Amino acid sequence: MLVEKAVALSAILFVLGTLGALTRRNLIVILMSIELMLNAVNLALVAFSRQWGDLAGHVFVLMVIVVAAAEVAVGLGIVIALFRNRESVNVEDSSLLKW
Amino acid sequence: MIDFLFYVFAALAVAGALGMLLNTRNAVAGALSLVGTMVALGAIYVLLEAYLVGVLQILVYAGAIVVLFLFVVMLLNLRQDEFSPERLRITKIVSVVIGALVGIELLVLLPAALGPAAVLPEGFGGYRMVGAALFTDWVLAFEVTSLLLLAAMVGAVILAKRRID
Amino acid sequence: MILGVIIKLLFIVLVVAGLFLPLITWVERKQSAVMQDRIGANRADVFGLRLIGLLHPAADVLKLLSKEDVVPAGANRVLHQLAPAMALVPAIVTLAVIPFGGTYTLGDTTFSLVVADIDWGMLFVLAVGSLATYGAVMAGWSSNSNWGLLGSMRASAQMISYEVTMGLSLVGLFMCFGTLKLTEMAALQDQTFRLFGFLQHVFGIVVPGFLDWVRLPMWGLFLQPLGFILFLTCIMAENKRPPFDAPEGESEIIAGYHMEYSGMRFGLFYTAEFLEVPVIGAIVASLFLGGWTIPWLSTGDIVGGVGSVFGHGFATGVAIVLHVTSFLLKVVIMIWFQMALRWTLPRFRYDQVMDLCWKMILPISIANVFVTGALILFLEREA
Repeated sequence: MLVEKAVALSAILFVLGTLGALTRRNLIVILMSIELMLNAVNLALVAFSRQWGDLAGHVFVLMVIVVAAAEVAVGLGIVIALFRNRESVNVEDSSLLKW
Repeated sequence: MIDFLFYVFAALAVAGALGMLLNTRNAVAGALSLVGTMVALGAIYVLLEAYLVGVLQILVYAGAIVVLFLFVVMLLNLRQDEFSPERLRITKIVSVVIGALVGIELLVLLPAALGPAAVLPEGFGGYRMVGAALFTDWVLAFEVTSLLLLAAMVGAVILAKRRID
Repeated sequence: MILGVIIKLLFIVLVVAGLFLPLITWVERKQSAVMQDRIGANRADVFGLRLIGLLHPAADVLKLLSKEDVVPAGANRVLHQLAPAMALVPAIVTLAVIPFGGTYTLGDTTFSLVVADIDWGMLFVLAVGSLATYGAVMAGWSSNSNWGLLGSMRASAQMISYEVTMGLSLVGLFMCFGTLKLTEMAALQDQTFRLFGFLQHVFGIVVPGFLDWVRLPMWGLFLQPLGFILFLTCIMAENKRPPFDAPEGESEIIAGYHMEYSGMRFGLFYTAEFLEVPVIGAIVASLFLGGWTIPWLSTGDIVGGVGSVFGHGFATGVAIVLHVTSFLLKVVIMIWFQMALRWTLPRFRYDQVMDLCWKMILPISIANVFVTGALILFLEREA
């Protein structure tokens, strides 16, 4: 029973993360919402690993944590570089390629 | 007991996520709410008998990644933010309906499909078994991850470097 | 069972926090005074009894409680008031997994003198220690002050850098003991090993009799001397102990991240910093100095020796008292050492602190892991 509740929580968190990534205009908050989505996926992986007794889920979660850390580092580097050029982290200010 | 603890931590996780999303004035308070979510998720991992993953979640995610976010927010000294302009009303209604359908499916149909949880071997989710799996079955993924981290480190340093020209 | 947990919690809260905290405030003033050839604070008295300044911590607390609590204008009120708690809680919670005594059997009950005997105890210490970053970061940022922001940015970079090397410098020790459980690590240090035994294992040289009786206790200090030095440096830098106190450098950025705090909130920051001193001492003692064990006198010797004369229950009681005393003595030695280090070395410059972490301690700790692994492989193959 715990596994199903954990999967439901994972779905809720994933939806909240997607909402944040789609509606907010601050680039840092968008990155944080992406982190929330990755965490929701981790929770689903751990829950199903518990269900089937397979350690592959845990290993996958470790890989996702590593990838998230790498992505945050590079993403924040991009944010800093963007801020130096435009003095703003609002995504609406970086919409030159928008048609 | 475990169920009660799960509900408490699940409520904390959702509250933290909402706190991060709905907070427009203050990015730092949003990041701290995210820390609350991460710690609550770490506790849920421990409840799901994933001990190594749970403690690594707190050590890496709550202890380093969100600090990195806070560091950048303080460096750039950001202030206000707004939500995007309102979309069509029909979108909201459709999203609520789909959300309810997904919720029903997860909470009602999934337990019947999954069946009882497996009986776990002794030490499942502990550092010995996960470490053994990581170094025997999944050693290729482990080594490739180290290369990924190297690439990310080099990339982050180059991106944030101030050009001297 | 619940009664046992409550008793152990009370011991930790009353002895380690309640007794050591005022003691450390006094030690800081008196030891620094003795080292600097002056008298130190000795004016606080009760009915004319001065007690060489032991009443000064009480006077400090009274003074801090009676001061006005100032929140600077334009500061984020909630975060400003939350930050001292975020700095203090990780320091106290770390004490939950540290064993201050061994595992004893009295009749049919087996109990161990640790509040929470977690299988991955050392990872818990590292994880909770990494949460201590938020106190420093929040304090500086929410104060809406330039010095505060500088201090907290220095603090956050320094703390997350030294977390990495703190974990890496311990990997050699984990390989030697084969466990992350702190009670097991302390129990494994209860024995002695022949200092020149590796000659017999590796080279096949038969050790002459007069060298064979040299036995050292199997402490982490003797198994991993380099790891000890690295870990001590890293954990002192992580907790911003001098000489690594660039984030609160008094001569550079006034008080750094806790500048805009007054009264008991500042008292909470100081409590957190002074509580980390015995916590560092307890962690280092458990990992490297044998924890609650007495060198060259294992638990079996005590219980067997005293038990044959006075009975098993009394022998276990004697063992408990001796072990807890030994643990507290080691914590006191580590406190003295940290205080001596504080008042001897000048503060490192901030770029020196970061260079030390990434350019010196990180490569050396990785080399330590390699050498330890190679030695273990070699020795296990020969045995």
